[in-house]
Amino acid sequence: MQRYPHLKCLAVVPAYNEGATIIKVVEDLREHAPDFDVLVVDDGSTDDTRRIAESTGVRVLRLPYNLGIGGAVQAGFVFAAEHGYDRMVQVDGDGQHDPAEIHKLMDKMGSEAAPDVVCGSRFLTSEHEYPAPISRRTGIHIFAFILSRISGQRVSDPTSGFRLYNAPAIALFARDYPHDYPEVEAVLMVHHHRLRMVEVPVRMFSRGGGVSSISTGKSAYYMVKVLLALFVGLARKRPVPEPGGAPPVAAEPTL
Amino acid sequence: MMQPRMQALAILAAVVLLVIVLEMVRRRRLMERYALLWMFSALVILALAVWQGALNRLAELMGIYSAPNALFFVAVGFVLLLLLHFSAAMSRLSDQSKVLAQRQAILEQRLREVEESQPATEERPGEREIAAQRRASTIA
Repeated sequence: MQRYPHLKCLAVVPAYNEGATIIKVVEDLREHAPDFDVLVVDDGSTDDTRRIAESTGVRVLRLPYNLGIGGAVQAGFVFAAEHGYDRMVQVDGDGQHDPAEIHKLMDKMGSEAAPDVVCGSRFLTSEHEYPAPISRRTGIHIFAFILSRISGQRVSDPTSGFRLYNAPAIALFARDYPHDYPEVEAVLMVHHHRLRMVEVPVRMFSRGGGVSSISTGKSAYYMVKVLLALFVGLARKRPVPEPGGAPPVAAEPTL
Repeated sequence: MMQPRMQALAILAAVVLLVIVLEMVRRRRLMERYALLWMFSALVILALAVWQGALNRLAELMGIYSAPNALFFVAVGFVLLLLLHFSAAMSRLSDQSKVLAQRQAILEQRLREVEESQPATEERPGEREIAAQRRASTIA
């Protein structure tokens, strides 16, 4: 059942040691989002994630070593940009995002508001309580508050990775995507670049298996790091190099 | 004023550092780009250790009573500068290696796709020999 015959759509599944869940994610994508080509980005897994993903016949990017979620997803952006995709959705390999809800994001992007980024938010609905430790939720709400203030619109779930991007957003993030815990900073980049982002309510599952990239102990460290990135990002005159401009990190000077 | 023994020690340390850096550059163990800051540090420390008058003036300007402390202050300042320099170099390297890893993975995927789409063709006999001959002729 093709819903979007005129659009080239890609689902990027970043996976680091998700051998237990990756097959279910890929199967769900095929069932619920048949318009989307699937690209699994194996972020240097040490388990059999890559073998399992390749056995399903989807395309797999084998990163030679672990880059972290930011580097893995950016590889997806680069792939999408180079292959001329019109839409890219990120669906995490741990199974917390439900591929059956991708059409909600697509519908929102096709709506009159025509946003560049549609973000699935777990906090816009009251029917479902998101199962997360209180420390984590507090952190999310602090980021949500700061980003809402900066962007002048309500951002309820800035850490959600369940996002749909259009071509201009893909091009932006293929050029420059934040390093670790990138979702929060990406919201700021979207704002800086005058792109539009809206949220739609989605459900999120607790992880199906594997280990979260962010343990509770590391939460505080990430909080401080992302806050630093946010405030330094605010002070940046030109947050991202434009094509033809200076590279984000200076290239080696030629001798 | 610096004790003569202290002065000799400072001069010796600066000279040894300078010699080690130069020797490493000579053996190509250290790139000139990174050696310059090291050599500059060593030369400044050496100059201050030799030229007592300048060190005393400097200590006076900084409000430091003892001249050796001023020397330590300058040395620590250079160490911090060098560390910052290396952090910046590391940031650049890790960013470059990230881009490289992404490109490598994308190219590898594309190569696998191309190889799978082409039916496995037997290498035609003689092809390797022709290539070898061509190589030999270009060398000659």
